Amino acid sequence: MELELILNTIARALAFSTPLLWAALGEIYTERSGVVNLGVEGMMIMGAVVGFMVGQATGLPYLALLVAALVGTLMGLAHAFISITLNANQFVSGLSLTIFGLGLSGLLGRSYVGQPLNVAMKSVTVPFLSEIPLLGPALFTDQKLLTYAGLIMAIILWFFLNYTRWGMTLRSVGESPKAADTAGIPVNQVRYLAVAFGGLMAGVAGAYLSLAYRPSWGEGMTNGMGWIALALTIFALWDPLRAIGASFLFGAFFYLSFTKLQTVIAPELLTMMPYIMTIVALTVIALGQGKRAFGAPEALGIPYQRGER
Amino acid sequence: MAVAKPSPFNPDKTPHRLTMKGISKGFPGVLANDNVSFDVRPGEVHALLGENGAGKTTLMNILYGLYQADSGSMSINGEPVQFRSPKDAMREGIGLVAQHFHLARRHSVAENIALGLKGTPLIYPVKALEQKIRTLGTSYGLAVDPKAKVWQLSPGEQQRVEILKALIQGAKILILDEPTSVLTPQEAESLFGVLRRMRAEGEAVIFISHKLDEVMEIADRITVLRKGAVVATLDKKEASPESLARHMMGKAVAPLRPKTKPPLDKAVLELNNVWVKNKRGMSALKNVSFKLRHGEILGVAGVAGNGQADLIEILTGLNQPSEGHILLEGKDCTPLGVKGLFEAGVAHIPEDRNHMGIVPSMTVAENLVLRQYRYQPFSRLGLLDWSKVTEFAQTSISDYQIATPSKETLTRLLSGGNVQKVILARELSGEPKLVVAAHPTYGLDVSATALTHDLLLKQRERGAGVLLVSEDLDELLKLSDRIAVLFAGELMGIVDASRTSREAIGLLMAGRKAQA
Repeated sequence: MELELILNTIARALAFSTPLLWAALGEIYTERSGVVNLGVEGMMIMGAVVGFMVGQATGLPYLALLVAALVGTLMGLAHAFISITLNANQFVSGLSLTIFGLGLSGLLGRSYVGQPLNVAMKSVTVPFLSEIPLLGPALFTDQKLLTYAGLIMAIILWFFLNYTRWGMTLRSVGESPKAADTAGIPVNQVRYLAVAFGGLMAGVAGAYLSLAYRPSWGEGMTNGMGWIALALTIFALWDPLRAIGASFLFGAFFYLSFTKLQTVIAPELLTMMPYIMTIVALTVIALGQGKRAFGAPEALGIPYQRGER
Repeated sequence: MAVAKPSPFNPDKTPHRLTMKGISKGFPGVLANDNVSFDVRPGEVHALLGENGAGKTTLMNILYGLYQADSGSMSINGEPVQFRSPKDAMREGIGLVAQHFHLARRHSVAENIALGLKGTPLIYPVKALEQKIRTLGTSYGLAVDPKAKVWQLSPGEQQRVEILKALIQGAKILILDEPTSVLTPQEAESLFGVLRRMRAEGEAVIFISHKLDEVMEIADRITVLRKGAVVATLDKKEASPESLARHMMGKAVAPLRPKTKPPLDKAVLELNNVWVKNKRGMSALKNVSFKLRHGEILGVAGVAGNGQADLIEILTGLNQPSEGHILLEGKDCTPLGVKGLFEAGVAHIPEDRNHMGIVPSMTVAENLVLRQYRYQPFSRLGLLDWSKVTEFAQTSISDYQIATPSKETLTRLLSGGNVQKVILARELSGEPKLVVAAHPTYGLDVSATALTHDLLLKQRERGAGVLLVSEDLDELLKLSDRIAVLFAGELMGIVDASRTSREAIGLLMAGRKAQA
């Protein structure tokens, strides 16, 4: 009985970790360029509602996914314009994006509430791997394509960030925009790209919810996942590879808060766990020497203006 | 002093690598460079010597393409050039090692160097470079691990990274801006070794400094700048520390301010063997002891960054000495913080008046009581008495001739001189025992400067002690009774202002102890 619960938890945690991972990967890139975007929740839910609307109208879930990614990108660009070009406060801009997204998605999705999606993304079963005893069925049957795509994406983004010239350019812009500028790198252009990419990823994360995970639309269906993705970005110490494990862990907490476990542990306590763990992680890093090796990008949240010290 | 190896290049026969002719550059209110001509030959270390504000950095920023000259011309290897940006300058082989390093601290050494390079591979961009860094590092004596993260390196090693970066980018003319200011003496010695090797390789090096000894040690030729203009270009053989100091400081004699009465005998401030550690854990003040008497102005001279700021911080409670004691009228006030020292009668006219002196977005009236609002009569039982504040503000505005539309005007809208008057009115209103003034006339116009000087002299007449930190030697000579000189955190000596010379102070400022 208990084994079944554990395997079930693993399977559901993986499904639950998918939107967290996609959104967090986007935010990791955004923040590695030196910009904070607190609008993840808003970009996700807009991705979810637009994805559902397009999916319902066309019956093509992957086209819907593409449109959702585009909507996320546009919202990311709006944040980039406000915080990079206009030099306005990044935190206010990001928060507004979240509030705006939650409101507009409610309005757009009003007539869709309660409708099931006609053509949802299909579940996949990985041949061979699913035949591994115990873990095989849990991890490799009845999952969505986006789950595996997210894992592959994380590995690609990790390699790109650390072992390519473009990845180095991105990191330098977030660590020392002045050094990057001196080296002839267009700092703000790179930041624009990174923030737009963060929006794209959040749009995909949202669309996963309404097109695959629970193929329907409900107001506020992201339910704080955007905020968990932000905590995840920090908990993973801005590293795409670590984000895989961290998203799985946070996904497990999220899932457990809906299970029978809530008769033993208050579900609120379980949903709190990602934030508590993030605070603990930040404290541990700040106490040790690790701050320099693992801490936030040095120019995070600081707009770059040439000529200022 | 080590003897420099002579350059293998014949200076008279090789063409100049760089020639700058008649360069002038003005900023609002100052002529930073006035018809400056300067050249460097291959295989030469040419030092650019001058006080702060002499125009050294402006000249180098023009050479590096950060500023455009108003007039004048430049040529490299005889070819005329024009730089619109550092990129242009780099393309022509000019490398700059700035005083503040431009490095991403969490990147590896190789990544930092790869950043500005063309033609690095897309994947594994630093792999080939790492070997190049090792080879070049060994041949120049600039050994540094290419895989190390910059934050793990000492300032000396970070400087090597900057030099390597310039060399790998193909620099043929290397500018070093105050390179020894972040180095330990041993690191400085090894830097000189590197420069000698570069000279032997035929590189041209421009060495910016205000330290006479190191200029005498490393340079082949020395150009001295004062107030934006070239005073002299000398061969090292014709130069001596004394002649350089004379060129640097000039001969202008400041008219002495008449002082009606001599200082009292009683000390208002006494420092006993004070040591201060800065943020990096290095000693910023080393065993400093002195007395400041009632009715005396003690000037503090020194090139910026030699401990003046740290002295001000401990006297105003912004920092604590790590060892030693500060006595105010004989009472130990070392552990008192900012508030305690203010209550004990220490006024502070801070260096950065817009950031430390006022809250720019609050009104003139509010800034005038920024320190004393919490005491009687301005507040009682925690409630502000606005009528008293208004009364005080109106008196201050007329007494100190603060030009402001009203007492309700936001202070950030005032000019620099009027901001300073607001600070002076606030700090001097309580009849302080000790006035700590940091660069009080920096950037002020003539009339505001004169008013500030009068107010400081008035405090002296009243019997307060005034500690005046300034980079303006004329100001120090004009106002001070005695002048203390700081160099590298040490008190080099205290001289009588009426009997000293600019040259003597210049030598002390450059780190040469007074000869008996």
